[in-house]
Amino acid sequence: MTDAFVVGIDMIKFGRFPERTVPDIGAESALLALDDCGLKIQDMQALYCGNLGQASAMVGQRILQEIGQTGMPVVNCANACATGATAFREAWMSVKAGVYDLVLAVGVEQMGKGLLGGVGGGKGIPREGLLGSGTMPAVFAEAGQEHANKYGTTFEQFAKVSVKNHHHSTLNAKAMYQIETPLDVVMNAEMIAYPNTKLMCSVNVDGSAAAVIASEKKARELGLMARAVKVSASALTSDPWQERDLVMPDVNTCTRRARDKAFEMAGVGAEDIDLVELHDCFATAEILHYENLGLCDEGEAGRLIDEGETALGGRIPVNVSGGLLSKGHPLGATGIANIYEVSTHLRGEAGKRQVEGAKVGMTHVIGLGSACGIHILEKVAA
Amino acid sequence: MSNAKASAAPLPAVPYLKLPPDGEPYLEGQKCGPCGAIFLGERQVCSKCGAKGALEATRLANRGKLHVYSIVHRSFPGIEVPYISAIVDLEGGGTVKGNLINIEPDPEKIAFGMPVEVVYQDALGRRDKEGNAYIAYFFQPAS
Ligand SMILES: [Zn+2]
Repeated sequence: MTDAFVVGIDMIKFGRFPERTVPDIGAESALLALDDCGLKIQDMQALYCGNLGQASAMVGQRILQEIGQTGMPVVNCANACATGATAFREAWMSVKAGVYDLVLAVGVEQMGKGLLGGVGGGKGIPREGLLGSGTMPAVFAEAGQEHANKYGTTFEQFAKVSVKNHHHSTLNAKAMYQIETPLDVVMNAEMIAYPNTKLMCSVNVDGSAAAVIASEKKARELGLMARAVKVSASALTSDPWQERDLVMPDVNTCTRRARDKAFEMAGVGAEDIDLVELHDCFATAEILHYENLGLCDEGEAGRLIDEGETALGGRIPVNVSGGLLSKGHPLGATGIANIYEVSTHLRGEAGKRQVEGAKVGMTHVIGLGSACGIHILEKVAA
Repeated sequence: MSNAKASAAPLPAVPYLKLPPDGEPYLEGQKCGPCGAIFLGERQVCSKCGAKGALEATRLANRGKLHVYSIVHRSFPGIEVPYISAIVDLEGGGTVKGNLINIEPDPEKIAFGMPVEVVYQDALGRRDKEGNAYIAYFFQPAS
C-alpha cells in the first residue's frame, strides 16, 4: 500500500463572517491549500468535504461551483466535531487504497454565537434545566468532574489550561483571539457550568481549513516531497458500550482506543510525539485527554499542567495554536485546522510558536455522540 | 392557549418515568437478561452484548449515589438558573441524569458519592402546547 502525504495545507484566519456563505468560506481555504502546493482544482481527482451546519445541502459541490466544476466525485460528510478529521480520513483512505493519487479535503463551518446543546424535542416539555443539562459546557464539566472525583483535580488546574492556550494564541495570527488571560481572569470570568467559566469554553467561530493529499509516487512526480508531511496513521472510533453512556457521553474510551490504533499503525509511542493538537472544546476536556492520549500516567494530568510540561517550550507542547479555546472551534473545520497546525511545525514554518525540532505530531478530535479521530503526522526525512 | 385538550392527570416528563394510577411513581429501566446491562427506554437488541429480545422492564431503585455534577449558571433563554445537573448511579443498577435539588448550588456543599434519593414532583410548572401538566423526577440529599 502506498504512503499518503499532505502536500498542500492551509486554513483561513478564524473569525465571524455572517455576511459570507458556507461555500464561500470553504472555497477560500481550498484555494489556499492548492496555492500552498502550486496545484489547481483541475488537478484534483476527488473532493471530501466536511460540514455540520448544512450537512444536507451539498456544501462540497457548492464549493466547486465557486472554484471549478470539473465533475469530480464529491463526498459530503458530517460526524459532529470529528467532521473535518473524518473528511480528511476519507480522502487519505482513497489514496491509501490506490483509487486516487491526488485529492482535496475541506472542512468548513459558519456558526454564529451562543450555547451549543439541545433544549429538547418538539413534543412534550423542554427538558433542559428540568432533568439536568444537555448544554455542552455542562456535559464536559461533568466529564471533567470525574477526574476531580478520582484524582482531586482542582478548578484552578482546569483553569490553567485556558491560561496556557490563550497565551499560545498570542503567537498565532490565524487564531480568533490574541489576548493573554491570566489565571485570576479565567477563574473570575462568568461561570457557565461549574467548573467551566466563559474563558474555559471554546469560541464559536466561522472558519475553514483544507488539505491536498497525494500518493508517494504522485508527490515525487510533482516535486512536492520537500515540504510534504507523511500521514503515518489515521484512526477513527465510535463509543463502545459503557455503563453510564446513555446519560453521560464517554469521551475517554473512544479516545484511548483511537490512540492505540494510531500508535500501532504509525509504529510510534507517546514518547515519540513532539507536539499535540487535541480537542480542548472545554478546559476540563484537555486535562482528560492528557491521560487518554498517553502524554502522562493515570492521575498525572494535574501535575502536567501545573509544571508547564504542555506549554510551548515544555516536554510535550499541547495546542500551541491556541486550541479550540482561543484559536476557535468552527466544528467542521477543526479536524483539518489541527492537521494544518501540526504540519506547519513539521515543516519548520510555525514562526514564533515553532516547536523546535518537531518530527512527529498528533492531532485529536472528539465529536460527541461519539466519534474520535486521531492522526499521526511525520516530517519527511530530507 | 386553550386547555380544552389537556388531560386531567399530569403526564410523565419522560417515557421511562411511570405513573401508575394506583401506586407510587417510579423509574423504569430495560434490563438485559444475559448480561445485566440496564437501559432507559426500549430497544430491539442489547447494545452491550447483542442479545435479541432479551430486555425486560425493571423497576429502578429510588436511592443512589451522586457520581458527578455540574452547576449550570448559563442556559438557554427562558430556563431558570442556577441548577445542579447531576449524574446518579442508582442502587441495583441504572444511571440517570437529573436536577439535584434541596441543596445549595455550591461546590463546597456538594460531595461526590453522596447518597441521594429520587423524588417525584411537578415539572417546574412547565406545560406543553395543549396545556398538560407534567411530573418529573429530581434527586435530593438522603441520609
Ligand atoms: Zn446484554
